[in-house]
Amino acid sequence: MTSYVSATEAERREMLAAIGVGSIDDLFADIPAQLRLGRALALDAGLSEQEVYDELRALAARNVSAEDEVTFLGAGMYDSYVPALVDSIISRSEFLTPYTPYQPEISQGGLQAMFEYQTAISELTGLPVSNASVYEGPSAVAAAGYVAKLENGRRRFIVSRGVHPHARETLATLAKGYGMETEEAPLRDGRTELPPLDDSVSAIILQQPNFLGVVEEVAPLAAAAREAGALTICSCDPIPLALLKPPGECGVDVAVGEGQTLGNRLDFGGPSFGFFAVTQSLLRRIPGRIAGETTDVEGRRGFVLTLQTREQHIRRERATSNICTSQALNALAGVIYLSWLGRRGLVELAELMLQRTAYARERLAAVEGVELLVDQPVVREFAVRLGAPVESVIARCREEGINPGYPLGRDYPELDDCLLVAITERRTRADIDRLADALAAAVATERERLAVRA
Amino acid sequence: MMRASDDRLTIYERSRPGRRAFVAPLLDVPERALDELLPPELRRSEAPRLPEVAEPEIVRHYNRLSRRNFDLDTGFYPLGSCTMKYNPKLHERVAGLPGHARLHPLQDPSRAQGALELMWKLQQSLGEIAGLPHVSLQPSAGSHGELAGVLLTRAYHEDHGDRRTKVLTPDNAHGTNPATVTMAGYEVVKVGTDERGNVDLDDLRAKATEDVACLMLTNPSTVGLFEQGIEEIERIVHGVGATLYYDGANLNAIMGICRPGDMGFDIVHFNLHKSFTQPHGGGGPGAGPIAVAERIEPYLPRPQVIVREGTNGSGPRYDLDYDRPKSIGRLRGFQGNYGVFVRSYAYIRSLGAAGLREVSEVAVLNANYLLARLQREGVAEYLPAAYDRICKHEFVLSGTPMKRALGIKTLDLAKRLLDFGVHPPTVYFPLIVDEALLIEPTETETKETLDRFADIVAEILREAAEDPELARNAPYTTPVRRLDEAQAARHPVVRQAM
Repeated sequence: MTSYVSATEAERREMLAAIGVGSIDDLFADIPAQLRLGRALALDAGLSEQEVYDELRALAARNVSAEDEVTFLGAGMYDSYVPALVDSIISRSEFLTPYTPYQPEISQGGLQAMFEYQTAISELTGLPVSNASVYEGPSAVAAAGYVAKLENGRRRFIVSRGVHPHARETLATLAKGYGMETEEAPLRDGRTELPPLDDSVSAIILQQPNFLGVVEEVAPLAAAAREAGALTICSCDPIPLALLKPPGECGVDVAVGEGQTLGNRLDFGGPSFGFFAVTQSLLRRIPGRIAGETTDVEGRRGFVLTLQTREQHIRRERATSNICTSQALNALAGVIYLSWLGRRGLVELAELMLQRTAYARERLAAVEGVELLVDQPVVREFAVRLGAPVESVIARCREEGINPGYPLGRDYPELDDCLLVAITERRTRADIDRLADALAAAVATERERLAVRA
Repeated sequence: MMRASDDRLTIYERSRPGRRAFVAPLLDVPERALDELLPPELRRSEAPRLPEVAEPEIVRHYNRLSRRNFDLDTGFYPLGSCTMKYNPKLHERVAGLPGHARLHPLQDPSRAQGALELMWKLQQSLGEIAGLPHVSLQPSAGSHGELAGVLLTRAYHEDHGDRRTKVLTPDNAHGTNPATVTMAGYEVVKVGTDERGNVDLDDLRAKATEDVACLMLTNPSTVGLFEQGIEEIERIVHGVGATLYYDGANLNAIMGICRPGDMGFDIVHFNLHKSFTQPHGGGGPGAGPIAVAERIEPYLPRPQVIVREGTNGSGPRYDLDYDRPKSIGRLRGFQGNYGVFVRSYAYIRSLGAAGLREVSEVAVLNANYLLARLQREGVAEYLPAAYDRICKHEFVLSGTPMKRALGIKTLDLAKRLLDFGVHPPTVYFPLIVDEALLIEPTETETKETLDRFADIVAEILREAAEDPELARNAPYTTPVRRLDEAQAARHPVVRQAM
């Protein structure tokens, strides 16, 4: 068994004597006897470090990761490249091991990094105020809904069907708690079509690009919301924001999103971070930590957690959120990554994805039996309709070492013959060609089988 | 415009047009005109103003920043309620294996068997530790677990045709408890604490009415004491049909010794970033799994990891179960903070049952030893223990006599500790103790460290007796001195001006 405890037997005796008790058991005498476990926990015996390593390695080996296949899976998390400097910096114990910076004098590194992160998110979203991170993308959407409820007290959300299914479901879970109804706005030609809005609508909720990869025309939707006195919440993929009109310029009040693609690993879904940015007028409604600039008693620049009267540890039942621990280290990875990309690099990366995605779209659309679901503009992800059973096609592609994408039918019964294909900077032209070939063969085989059966 | 010395520059202030780190992979497909792919009306007119800095300077910048942080690998961090124990290095290595780190969350379960097996086994282990059989790993942090728990309570009552409106929380509860209650659409009702630090049972009896949905409790409590009336509390709460919720922030005191499930709790959350060694990361990531009793199980979040026994000699198959009609639904995307699960699973495998019990034994031993050291002459008269009892993994001192006799506040003591190279305890929490210091040493600290801390506190009190200004103006040796928080809140500057 491994132990991280220093205390020797002799020290334990000495410490017990100093406390004035005879045994360790005496320290637990206040626990009623009938509540004590009275046996060892039914867990396997502890192991040495190398044995634990071997077990964890064996478990890892039973997963097919993006290291083992050419993957076109996206749908909210992307196999993007994490540069070496991110790993190197975030593994420094000075960033890895501290708590939330409650003592600013000895936490200037973390606090300044938060401030720099907030600036980067503000630049990406075109909104003036960012917090220091929330858990991840879908729960950020739900947290944004709570901001809208606090802001205008209305009772309904209109949620685009183009919003990530996990975000829609998370919003529904939390909205039930805080007493709001959610109603879906359909997609027409791949884009959101709003129903008439009235004064019961607290917010409309969109995604940019939406779950089908389509770039939404956000500005007119946000204008309609404003007209009805409702807020506009938009969940954004941060990389396309390099090219797209920023939410702040489109009339969006709250921009949130999944930050994984900014310097964080896939990690089977987490930890990553959610970003959360708002207009100036929502400054005091925003959930979570915010770093602010100030000065010390000698007039030197410094940073502190600010506007804490919004938060649970001060405001308790009147807080704007219950969030405490969020995702500081992942957000730090995010700002290091964005600094590494830099102003031009971010645009170059997004343009590379745009070009390769256009190429992939063209290649796949040329495959017999495959057609584009819609031909609206996309940036890094798009949907195709396969004239064949999707799960079987995916299984055949996997045999060729290709994971062709996400079967949309899992979340959209009306799209049960559709596949969502994501392109990251790691997918080369050669990978895309292999995808097109594998898909062509798989679709052809499946269509033959269908024909034979018919 | 404020002038910052070089080591205080932000990454944006280090930016020079034309510098760069990233080089894009080759454009290997035929280039199409931008306007053709993205119409100009959808595009932004100006690129986000990210910094332009070469890689060596980015690394130096963040290294410099890192040196302006105090951290757990450098010194003592007795921050009460936060369980700042050593974070084993092995965990970073195993979490970084590509089979874990590059696994896509939507990978087909048949191709993520290792990950699902790990999650299943972690669920089983946590269930055993809590004494409650059903576990969801989905919540992302403690407060997220709390929200899950209160939503589960709501679903449970509503499924039984029961509409309730209130949730009880002790007056010494973590702030997340009442904040969660409001977010879940309930009214908070506070229950008092008696002079021994226990829940005031008479007050609880008076407030436990038929419209109460739940009592949220931490045990050991936020004052570091075992809730001695827990059996009576359980009878009162269940007597009115409410659920009993366990805030697992203080689980480090009782692992393998007693279990929330055996005390009658229905729902428990764990903080994997506290008792189970996920590094705190300067404010996350964490994870807040929940364990529940049989009657709450139908409402657990979707999806759940399940196992099916193999047929014809094949091994068990792990899967994600979405078909849960009574589920409260999702609380977030995908399956939770898997990278955190890897670390916590490695920890449980390393320690096993005996090791986890030793953790709690030594955590409590260290806390009581430090309490004893701090209750000697020279300290006790200024910083008496708030409750004269054997504590669990942490304890509360009150700085009121110190303030009166020496003219320094708890905040001043905390700031002066910074000059001695230790992280201060949690201060001004719990709210029910004036000038509170909440001290949690954890099991991974040595006796010498505890002795040194006690000596430092005594030294600070001695110097304050001679010159209270020393503490009032501390710290002196830190990268910055006391910061103007009022100015920061009055005129919020929350991003770099450009």
